[in-house]
Amino acid sequence: MSFYDIYSRYKDFDIDSFYNNISDKDIELILQKDILNEIDFLMLLSPKAENFLEPIALKANSLTIQHFGKTILLYTPMYLANYCTNQCLYCGFNTKNDIKRKQMSLEEVEAEAKYISSKGIKHILILTGDAKDISSVEYINSCVNILKKYFNSISIEIFPLNEDEYSKLIKSGVDSLTIYQETYNEYIYDKVHLKGPKKDYRYRLDAPERACKSYINSVNIGALLGLDYWRKEAFFTGLHANYLQNKYPHVEVSISTPRIRPHVGDFSPYHIVSDKNIVQFIVALRLFLPRCGVTISTRESENFRNNILPLGVTKMSTDSNTSVGGHTNKQNQTNQFNICDTRNVEKMMEDIKTLGYQPILKNWDII
Amino acid sequence: MNDELIIGDTELKSRLFIGTGKYSSDSLIPKILEKSKCEVVTVALRRIDLSSKENNILNYIPKDTKLLPNTSGARNADEAIRIARLAKASGCGNWIKIEIISDNKYLLPDGYETIKATEILASEGFIVLPYVSPDLMVARSLVNAGASAVMPLGSPIGSNRGIKTRELIKILIEEIPLPIIVDAGIGKPSDACEAMEMGASACLLNTAIATSKNPILMAEAFGKAVEAGRKAYLAGLGNKSYTANASSPLTGFLNK
Repeated sequence: MSFYDIYSRYKDFDIDSFYNNISDKDIELILQKDILNEIDFLMLLSPKAENFLEPIALKANSLTIQHFGKTILLYTPMYLANYCTNQCLYCGFNTKNDIKRKQMSLEEVEAEAKYISSKGIKHILILTGDAKDISSVEYINSCVNILKKYFNSISIEIFPLNEDEYSKLIKSGVDSLTIYQETYNEYIYDKVHLKGPKKDYRYRLDAPERACKSYINSVNIGALLGLDYWRKEAFFTGLHANYLQNKYPHVEVSISTPRIRPHVGDFSPYHIVSDKNIVQFIVALRLFLPRCGVTISTRESENFRNNILPLGVTKMSTDSNTSVGGHTNKQNQTNQFNICDTRNVEKMMEDIKTLGYQPILKNWDII
Repeated sequence: MNDELIIGDTELKSRLFIGTGKYSSDSLIPKILEKSKCEVVTVALRRIDLSSKENNILNYIPKDTKLLPNTSGARNADEAIRIARLAKASGCGNWIKIEIISDNKYLLPDGYETIKATEILASEGFIVLPYVSPDLMVARSLVNAGASAVMPLGSPIGSNRGIKTRELIKILIEEIPLPIIVDAGIGKPSDACEAMEMGASACLLNTAIATSKNPILMAEAFGKAVEAGRKAYLAGLGNKSYTANASSPLTGFLNK
C-alpha cells in the first residue's frame, strides 16, 4: 500500500460533474460536522463552497487556535547548491538555464550558518538541486554536522532518497523533510519534467513515506500550484497528508501551498491560482485535518501573509534568499525564484506580534 | 486548616498547575500566574531558548515559581530521558513531567515507554511526574518505578472536552498512594472543579486559558474553581439519591 493506491482511486475522477451536483445544503451540513471525510473535503474545495468562505474561515480560525494556539513558527531557507540534472520547465535550476552553478564549501556553509543564526533563527531548511553525484548524501551529512552547532532544527529540501539515506541524515540531526510533488497529476508531471531522475513520479511520491518509515519527526508536502487545476491539487495534497498522518502517527505532517513565482526561464503557469483560491485551500484543509501544519513561504506578499495568518497558518519563512550562499554573498547570484515578502527576522517578528500572535524561533531541539 | 500538597520535598499551597504553550505572548504569563495563584508551571524544553536573552520563556516565569520542564516532543523513553537530563543540566531543576507521545492524532501517551523513562529518571534523583492514560496497572507500575505523582488525562490534550475518563481517574484516586494530578482535556473551570471534588490532588491545564478571549480573567476563574473543588472535597459531598429525600418525611408521624 502506498499513497499511489489512493491517488489511483481518484486520478480520473470527474470533478466538474461532481461539483455541478453540490448544493448549498451540502456545504451547510459539512459545517456542522466535527470530523470530515474525503468527500466533505472535496466539497469544501468546490466553487459552491466559495459562497461559504467566511463561515469556513471562522471555523478554521477557531480550530487553529485550539490546536496550535496563537503562535507562528519562523524558519529560513539556506541554499547549499544549485547544480541540477533535471529539466523541470518551471524551475530556475533547470539544466538548460544558463546560470552560474555553485556548491558551497563546508567553510562557506559554516559562515552562512553563523550569519543566519546571529539573526536569531533557530530552524533552518537546507536546499540543493537534484545532482546526487555533486550534492551527495555524504556532502549533505557533512553540512548537517556543521549546522547542528548553530540551529535547533534542521530540515532538508533535497532530491528524494531511499530509506537508508534518510536514516543516515536523521541520525546526524535532520528532523524534518520538505518535498513537493510539484503536481499530483501524473500526466502533467511527465509533461513538465522533460529529463532527469525527477521524471520518476512514483519515487518522488513515495519519498515522504520513506522518511516516515525512517522515523523522521516531521514532513512537509505540497504541490506547486499552477501546473494543474488547483482544486484537484489541493484535494490530493490533503489526501496525501491524511494518508501519512493516519499511517505514521508519530510524524507531524504539514503542507505548503506554493504558487509558481517568476524565475529564470519563460514558463508561465498553466492555471492561475488567486489569493481567494489559496484561502479556500487553507481553510478547507484546516477543517479536514485540524492538526496538520500549514506553511506559507516568502513567495507570497507581505500583505497576503499578514491577512492569512489567522486562517490556519502555523509556519512561515522569513528573511529568505533563494540563491546559493545568498545570505552572506548577495552579488552575482541566481535565485531559484524571486521572493515576494522581503521582511527580515526582526520586522517579521514585530509584525506577527502586532497581529496578536507569538513568533516562535525555537520549537525543537536536536537531542 | 492547612491543606498543602506535597510533591517530592516541596509543599504547594495552590493545586493549579499551568502550561505555557499557545499564548499570543509570553508576557501574559506573569499576570496569569498572579491571578490564578498558580505555583507550578510546565514548560516544553524544546521551546526554551537558553541562548537568547529576548526570546527565552524562562524570563517570564517568576523565580519563586516551581518549574516543571516537560519532555514534549519525545516519542520514546530514550528521547524523554535525554530531554530530562538536558533540562537538568540547563538549570531547570530536577522536576520533570514525562510526556511521551508517538500518536500525533490523539496525542495519547505511551504507558510502556513512560514507565521505562520514569524508572531511570527517578533512580537518577528526578522528581518524576508522568503524563499517562488513567490505567490502574500503568499507575501501579509508576508507583513502583519511583514516580512522585501520576498525571492522568481527563480527555485528549487541547480538546477542552472535560473529564471524560472520570470513572478511571476515580479508581486511581482511590488506589494510588501518590498525588493524582488531572492533566489534559480540562476545558472550563467547572471541569477543574469536578476533578477536585472527586479528590484529585491538583489539575494541570493550558489550552483552556491560553486560547480564551481573556486569558487573565480565565486564569483567575480556574484558580477559584480549583480552590472551590478542593474545599468541597474536604467538606465531603452529600450522598446522591435517585428519589427525593424530604426534610420532613411523610411517614415521620409514625415515630412520634
